[in-house]
Amino acid sequence: MHQTFDAALGINLLHANQQGAEHNRAHFDQWGIICLNVMSSPGAGKTVLLERTLAALTNEFKIAVIEGDMTTELDANRLRQYNVPVIAINTGRSCHLDSKMVAGGIHCLAHEYNPSDFDLLLVENVGNLVCPAEFEVGEHAKVALLSVTEGEDKPLKYPVMFQEADCLLITKTDLAPYLEIDISQIEANVRQMNPHVTIIQVSAKTNDGLENWFNWLRNAVQSNTAKSVMSLT
Amino acid sequence: MHETDMTKALIATLQDWWKAQSEPKISCVHLVVGKFTCVEPLSLQFAFEVQSQNTFLEGTKLSIRETPLIAFCHHCQQEYHPEIGIQYACPQCHSPMEDIRSGRELKIDRVEYSTNTIEDTYAPNF
Repeated sequence: MHQTFDAALGINLLHANQQGAEHNRAHFDQWGIICLNVMSSPGAGKTVLLERTLAALTNEFKIAVIEGDMTTELDANRLRQYNVPVIAINTGRSCHLDSKMVAGGIHCLAHEYNPSDFDLLLVENVGNLVCPAEFEVGEHAKVALLSVTEGEDKPLKYPVMFQEADCLLITKTDLAPYLEIDISQIEANVRQMNPHVTIIQVSAKTNDGLENWFNWLRNAVQSNTAKSVMSLT
Repeated sequence: MHETDMTKALIATLQDWWKAQSEPKISCVHLVVGKFTCVEPLSLQFAFEVQSQNTFLEGTKLSIRETPLIAFCHHCQQEYHPEIGIQYACPQCHSPMEDIRSGRELKIDRVEYSTNTIEDTYAPNF
């Protein structure tokens, strides 16, 4: 004779990933690192943005990069020219980084360097506007990029990514005069679902707006330093 | 196809629970999946059928309940249903969607299972 039961679980489907993300974040907090998860569709300009960022800020901060790609180390090699640690993670057939993969990356970093020396960890996620939004990796903030060539409607079509973003970079603005694109409409579409997001327009070609992005980063790193100082007192 | 990773996570979580419960036979797993997530129920269903083969979940039914996207407009003091892909702001006053009340769920809600009772396993000597 069988007895049947019904047990209420109420557990998040991504419970294991979230636990891993919290574990990573605890490491970052212990080391005084601010971690940013940089996400966009393929070709929106994540890698060139990181190139500009490393060129401008490596004198101010100690930066490390985790570079997620399905295959190849092409992007990682571009960033290694800036003499910062770049840990390449090939996700194989997986279209996003998860907290376990990033844990492997920070393990490599901690093995070769003293992680407490770093201020900023930039995680370049796999180019994809869908699932990276659901898989936290332990970041303190999410940075999304949308290039002007992608069209005004993308925030409406991929809402979870744009609703979760703390900072949105509208990239390739130098191309806007050649396109039928209304940047204010991109901003309005994002603000419909995420009114408090910081929106910065940039062009890595002309360097327009990059200083605003660097200031946002400086602020993020400084607020982190302020927090760790506070927690020590 | 991130549903394969979601399914992997689902199976791992259920396995922990199953072992803690002395490995009962699970007949049905009930999930709640919000419309404002990146999960497609049909893909999840397919991934579960494939990935549960030859595991403790072989033959287990996966039941997925979808929840609609519902937001609350603080200005109008009422709930509304944003139209995904078209309009997220409040249709009355156009305030942005800030307070999501439903639609972000990705939850293992409950599990139906059965255990053998003592009469099944105990063979009396008479």
